[in-house]
Amino acid sequence: MSAVVHSHKSFNQQLKKYYGVYTGGFIAFVIALAIAEQLGMSRQWIGYWFLFSTIALYAVIGIMSRTVDAAEYYVAGRRVPAFFNGMATGADWMSAASFIGMAGTLYLSGYDGLSFVMGWTGGYVLVALFLAPYLRKFGQFTIPDFLGARYGGNIIRSIGIFSAILCSFTYVVAQIYGVGLITARFTGLEFGIGVFVGLAGILVCSFLGGMRAVTWTQVAQYIILIIAYMTPVVWLGIKHTGVPVPQFAYGATLQKIGELEKKITADPKEQEARKLASQAAAEANAALKDLPKATAARRALLEEQLAKAKAANDPSLIKAAERELANWPTDPEKARVIFDARKGYAGNAGPPRPHAQPFPGKDEKAQNTARLNFLGIVFCMMFGTAALPHILMRYYTTPSVRQARTSVFWSLFFIFLLYFTAPTLAVLAKYDVYSNLVGSRFAELPAWAAAWRTVDPTLLTISDLNFDGIVQLAEIVIGGDIIVLATPEIAGLPYVVSGLVAAGGLAAALSTADGLLLTIANALGHDLYYKMIAPKAPTARRVTISKSLLLVVAIIAAWVTSYKPGNILFLVGAAFSLAASAFFPALVLGIFWKRASKWGAITGMVAGLGVCMYYMCVTYPFLRDLIGVTAPIASYQWFGLNAISAGVFGVPVGLVTIWIVSLLTPEPDREVQELVDHVRYPVLTGDIDTRGT
Amino acid sequence: MQLTDKHREYWRRNLVITTILMIVWFIATFVEGWYARELNSISFMGFPLGFYMSAQGSLIIYVVIIFIYARYMNALDHKFGVQEGEDE
Repeated sequence: MSAVVHSHKSFNQQLKKYYGVYTGGFIAFVIALAIAEQLGMSRQWIGYWFLFSTIALYAVIGIMSRTVDAAEYYVAGRRVPAFFNGMATGADWMSAASFIGMAGTLYLSGYDGLSFVMGWTGGYVLVALFLAPYLRKFGQFTIPDFLGARYGGNIIRSIGIFSAILCSFTYVVAQIYGVGLITARFTGLEFGIGVFVGLAGILVCSFLGGMRAVTWTQVAQYIILIIAYMTPVVWLGIKHTGVPVPQFAYGATLQKIGELEKKITADPKEQEARKLASQAAAEANAALKDLPKATAARRALLEEQLAKAKAANDPSLIKAAERELANWPTDPEKARVIFDARKGYAGNAGPPRPHAQPFPGKDEKAQNTARLNFLGIVFCMMFGTAALPHILMRYYTTPSVRQARTSVFWSLFFIFLLYFTAPTLAVLAKYDVYSNLVGSRFAELPAWAAAWRTVDPTLLTISDLNFDGIVQLAEIVIGGDIIVLATPEIAGLPYVVSGLVAAGGLAAALSTADGLLLTIANALGHDLYYKMIAPKAPTARRVTISKSLLLVVAIIAAWVTSYKPGNILFLVGAAFSLAASAFFPALVLGIFWKRASKWGAITGMVAGLGVCMYYMCVTYPFLRDLIGVTAPIASYQWFGLNAISAGVFGVPVGLVTIWIVSLLTPEPDREVQELVDHVRYPVLTGDIDTRGT
Repeated sequence: MQLTDKHREYWRRNLVITTILMIVWFIATFVEGWYARELNSISFMGFPLGFYMSAQGSLIIYVVIIFIYARYMNALDHKFGVQEGEDE
């Protein structure tokens, strides 16, 4: 025993030393690139350096962690200390959606976007109280493992495998999409090539070393992503609040935004621009039907404006009009992108929504529906968190039950660091837009705005709708992702920080994709092949099969991603609702209620998942079209809840079904009861051993 | 494997702390969310309180809940003799 204690302690010390040196090295690397930038290194090369050196780094860790041992491959040898498992879980958890999308969602939807912030943190309370310590004591490799052992038989295991693959695959497609997008944006490679470069990055981490390699790369990825997220926010914080921890000081900024919102709402020029905005959206819709004509018509309009400006002899208006004309494409296909973005003007027809106000709506009823939807998303994100196999799997890797408990604390702490920064960033960026961009002259736009609107109109469209030469808020259409991507430039930082942010986004997407692919491959390689098809297979073959499956799943996922399936936020949200409905009731009742029986769990999982899928199919437009549902969405909605919150119905249906069916079927046998006692106590005298080998 | 009264008491205390913390969690999440509009009329550190809670306050409560649970249970293991060997 004492040798074990010694080795765990020294292992922990060693890890702290390694990752300390690593963090220092990474900071030195960023500083070196900053100096190189001052000496004239081009932006594209900075992008390449960040992209390829971080992927190379992950590859080195991945190759060093290669293994053919089952416990090492599936659960990293069960010796990941709580602190480091917390970091790894943080990286596993925070995806491209959290890193890049979250602050943008908060910018656009104000208070109502906080449902994701609450849901994606509060879910860890459920993980800590209901699952992590018990799963660790159980100590096998996957979530279907637990279902199979607790309820017995291959039916429940198969449902577990199906559900794990369903929610993980939905989620992983969103991640690979994010990888492709970031790679393409910062290196100029094509999206398709970006996807495959990213895929290589994912595979070098997980292919040779499974969970072991994924764990140690995830720790490295967490360090990069948190440095990347914090650096520009600290800078912007100093600019607007005067303190380097703006998270505690942005209340004053929020108040200033409130005043600006009132001013903008009352401003006659803004009112005029708002009317023109809905017109511009209608025109854009019409233009998309006859592009060549609309492209020429817009050119004529811009020429006319230039003539007017010249007649008025206003140098600033002339300059702005000349630039608009120069930027307008002659190629109708290029104009399509711009018209597409201009459809977003439809959202500017009303005054800005007050940032801090919860549940806006035109009447009492609409407000209450908004509130229900807010709480519905919170509910689904929380229970989904406590049911996603790639997260729960991480708690198999700690050395003890005690460390599993502490590890959930560290996990949430490291996640919290990013999630309480995102609302701060949204407010700071909004203040910058409302105070610096709004009211500036078109001839002298802030540098970041001038740059981004030409790079990608879907992220930023600004157009002088009322031709007064001054930017009104209603003339700006913002795509959420720009908030994180452009923050370094808004804060006036050199390009190297933009490269750093890209590396952070890439780390977030890669680490989550790794965890998910591993979950899917293990569900097939361990649960399906080893546990159900060939229980006598030797260890080496099991691990080899898992590795090959990882490769196959990764390629299929990349192939699906290359079709660019829409709405990433919905994909992610759907994964949470599905996981919550399928797993949460069966897992938690399996631990807390000895009476929960095999048939209770089987029917409960099927019923929960079934209700959740049914609700999505009849209320989500994409799925409705797919299966040909035509009656209006409202006629299917229960309490006005949106498709993303389908888990609100799936979870209770699952719980009640398990309860009723369990009481109608015979009590589980003695062996199962002993298993339940086994997972409830960290140590029992005369205990059974369920650890997987 | 026979459970003693001591074991049953351990499990009972686990359920009690779990229930208490779940109530705190429920209030910090759903009660807070339900009354967010009303809470917003109160000012806290320069923030409207409803916004502050959802953006930061409830998150801090979650972190504290897990911290308390881990400390309490790790101590409870020792008290009832079901603790693991040092870092095994």
